[in-house]
Amino acid sequence: MTKTGFVVANLFRKRTRTILTLLSVIMAFLLFGLLQSVNHIFNAGADFVGATRLMTQARVSFTQPLPISMVPKLESIPGVARVAFSQWFGGVWQENTPLFVFAIDPLRYRDVYPEYIMPDAQWQAFASTRTSMIAGKMVADQYGWKIGQKIPISSNIYPQKNGSKAWAFDLVGIFDGKDESWHKQTNVVFINRDYFDEANGFGMKGRTNFFILKLADSNHAEAISKAIDTTFENSPDETKTQTEKDFNLGFVKQIGDIGLIVRWILFAVFFTLLLVVGNTMAQSVRERIPELAVLKTLGFSDGSVLGFVLAESLALCLFGGLIGLSLATMGGAMVAKGTGGQFQLQLDSSVWMIGVAAIVIMSLAVGLLPALRARRLKIVDALAGR
Amino acid sequence: MSDSMVQVRNVTKVYERGKQKVEVLHGLTLDIPKGDFVALMGPSGSGKTTLLNLIGGLDQPTAGEILVGGSRIDQLSSGALAKWRAHNVGFVFQFYNLMPVLSAEGNVELPLLLTKLSAAQRKKNVAVALEVVGLADRAKHKPKELSGGQEQRVAIARALVSDPQLLVCDEPTGDLDRKTADEILGLLQVLNREHGKTIVMVTHDPKAAEFAQHTLHLEKGQLLEQAAA
Repeated sequence: MTKTGFVVANLFRKRTRTILTLLSVIMAFLLFGLLQSVNHIFNAGADFVGATRLMTQARVSFTQPLPISMVPKLESIPGVARVAFSQWFGGVWQENTPLFVFAIDPLRYRDVYPEYIMPDAQWQAFASTRTSMIAGKMVADQYGWKIGQKIPISSNIYPQKNGSKAWAFDLVGIFDGKDESWHKQTNVVFINRDYFDEANGFGMKGRTNFFILKLADSNHAEAISKAIDTTFENSPDETKTQTEKDFNLGFVKQIGDIGLIVRWILFAVFFTLLLVVGNTMAQSVRERIPELAVLKTLGFSDGSVLGFVLAESLALCLFGGLIGLSLATMGGAMVAKGTGGQFQLQLDSSVWMIGVAAIVIMSLAVGLLPALRARRLKIVDALAGR
Repeated sequence: MSDSMVQVRNVTKVYERGKQKVEVLHGLTLDIPKGDFVALMGPSGSGKTTLLNLIGGLDQPTAGEILVGGSRIDQLSSGALAKWRAHNVGFVFQFYNLMPVLSAEGNVELPLLLTKLSAAQRKKNVAVALEVVGLADRAKHKPKELSGGQEQRVAIARALVSDPQLLVCDEPTGDLDRKTADEILGLLQVLNREHGKTIVMVTHDPKAAEFAQHTLHLEKGQLLEQAAA
């Protein structure tokens, strides 16, 4: 037997209690890992490296539409190969299932997104049929849609000119991704923008939420981005141009201050954990006051007894914390893979370092008071049950 | 060099219970020779356990001197006293006080974790101690898998394993039936006679005291007599 073996044996003296406490530590650090990496993504600076497309929206918010008449000006900026545009429709399928539906110009979009694969005849049908729509394979498979069907989709934003928000579109094509990663991004529906522009009663004819710019050279993404925003500076339609990744994050940021939300969730989780683990440690020491007194009787110093209790608390937090962070690493990798790399929810070394620091602080916070109580024990009083 | 294992000189012990001060021992003086087996008897509250705790270095006197094996232990700091206990005295309690999470051999090995012995040497010493108390075949058993008598034997092996010259026993048979108590007392006698251990035992039981070489009676914190067993 070793001192470490003794610490571990004591830790598992009440197996069920320790396992339940361990599970709460694991859950807390799993959440910590995932939320910290979410926070990290949202706080990361703009990264233009390798960007092949840029997104241009109104400087204030993408909800403020820009005129489609900007397209020739955008295409004249050096380095911009082709411009598509897209309008958020706010789609709802059946009762209240939200759908990602965008109104687009079919052939421009096809040029800008060659990663979406669909037979040419279906692209032509999409472009030439006024009430047409195409669906990503994931959506079509999920709802059992077949080409030729009329698909009723409501909009939670845009009414038709008759005031009804119930729309219907002819499904003329089903597109897939060029590879597994792009296949995972086929959970989206596109409708023909010409029809939407004519039929909507919202009064935003000739405007769109954002432009997608295909670049001739990905090495100049940052410079092109600056050039576009400079071009429209001090105009009625000032722009903000960023990479697709940053644009997507901005979309999620509409929910609120993600960093603040994450911090509050983590505060609640760790405060609860502090109470749970702290109570377990305090109870564990209370239950074995006579045993701790016997250790001192045998010659273990006050400091050694303090060390034993702190080591138990550290072992509990370390074991649970490392499992939690490892699960978060695996979970993050699965999310990154599952979203086709759109959300790089990966725990980098900084998250691990903060995690390990949190483990140490948590161990001290929950273990110090019981350990000091154990250290202060007077042998004769403890043995006499006083 | 003195032949005394324990020298208690004019020792007074006062406990503070809230605002009250209770004097448990009043200027007590006592010599216990090396190799002796002494039974401390007396009514409840007479100061037997207090005296035993002072001799074992578990507590400090309010006044007076205590020498064990020639060393003044009444002036040692808490840390030095802990170190002294680890090397010089073995304890046996009424309720055995074994660690429930450890096996018999784990319990016996516990005091050796304070030494610099190798794992192999510790294992050897544990085996010898368990052999001495007749429990070699129960080494892997947890305390809850042992009878009361067997638990007390493990406690005695734990007290012996670091080879102290002094054993202090607080009612070691108080929780056992007569037959098992006699076996435990017989074992203490063997340790005293064959291994030369000095034993100081607190007991209420006159039959247990008969196993000792001498019996000392305490009453109201003072020694009444010293009689041959």
